[in-house]
Amino acid sequence: MGYDAVLAETIGIQGANGDEIEAYSARPLDGSARGGVVVIHHMPGYDRESKETVRRFATEGYNAVCPNLYHREAPGAAPDDAAATARANGGVPDDRLVGDVGGAAAWLRRLPTSNGKVGTIGFCSGGRQAVLTALSLDIQGAVDCYGAFVVGEPPEGFPLRIRPFGDRIGELRAPLLGMFGNDDKHPSPADVDELEKLLQEAGKEYEFHRYDDTGHSFFSVDRPAYRPASAVDGWEKILAFFGAKLGGA
Amino acid sequence: MCTYSTEKIDVERSSGKGADGWFPLRTATVYYDHPVHAPDDHTVNIDFLAPDRGPGARVAVELSLDSAKALLEALQVTVERAAHH
Repeated sequence: MGYDAVLAETIGIQGANGDEIEAYSARPLDGSARGGVVVIHHMPGYDRESKETVRRFATEGYNAVCPNLYHREAPGAAPDDAAATARANGGVPDDRLVGDVGGAAAWLRRLPTSNGKVGTIGFCSGGRQAVLTALSLDIQGAVDCYGAFVVGEPPEGFPLRIRPFGDRIGELRAPLLGMFGNDDKHPSPADVDELEKLLQEAGKEYEFHRYDDTGHSFFSVDRPAYRPASAVDGWEKILAFFGAKLGGA
Repeated sequence: MCTYSTEKIDVERSSGKGADGWFPLRTATVYYDHPVHAPDDHTVNIDFLAPDRGPGARVAVELSLDSAKALLEALQVTVERAAHH
């Protein structure tokens, strides 16, 4: 039997503006060099399912960490209370998000087992944020799982500090993997088409997978939106992508 | 989707009962998004909050769309009735 021990724990990392924020990390203990993955949690928060995703990446051979993007508003609060507070405050500002993920990437690179390569992955709102990190951070790959408002206009009367940034796709610094459901409305298939066109026009490396009979949030095993066939295929694509971009696990 | 669509109102001279008992409410947010507990993909969620007392000062409900519509009608009827008192 191979040695497969994994350490999972809550840690403190330095995020945007040098602030110390909470994060959840899981990493293999076998001591060999490996890539790192920053998991960007969805809008409902730094919750049990996000932590499960972190542990999954560790079992797949990566050092993984998920920063609590709501730590400043709600230190120590229950994830749902923290998400409610963050929502009432207008959501996470984009520049702070980039700083927090950048801090998580730096933390991964300082690990003795780091091979220096880091990728990001985000779900729902985190999908949009994963693309955002690929514009300005030194990362080797980003995975956008059904992030809305990378392109496309937000609804009327929009109170959150979220803006599309299709005009910045030319700044993309890392290969992008996109996973989308064809029944999703945000992002709609037309939104995905628009993003793909922008990537092609800018000559960027990308790989999109679109699933029929699948809507938003299809990776969420605890929600009715879960689509096992799409999610199983999607995980294969994600692991193949990170395997290629992060130097193998 | 994470809809982001959030309505926010000020709440005054009102109270809610949370895990630590009654407290004065300050704001409420209303949004259609993923629930934490209810068994639908999306629900109409209402958070009654008192930010001055921390994130835990919260009364939360996640309503199915049909239940939210029924609540809306009940509120309408009740508010109209109150005008005659």
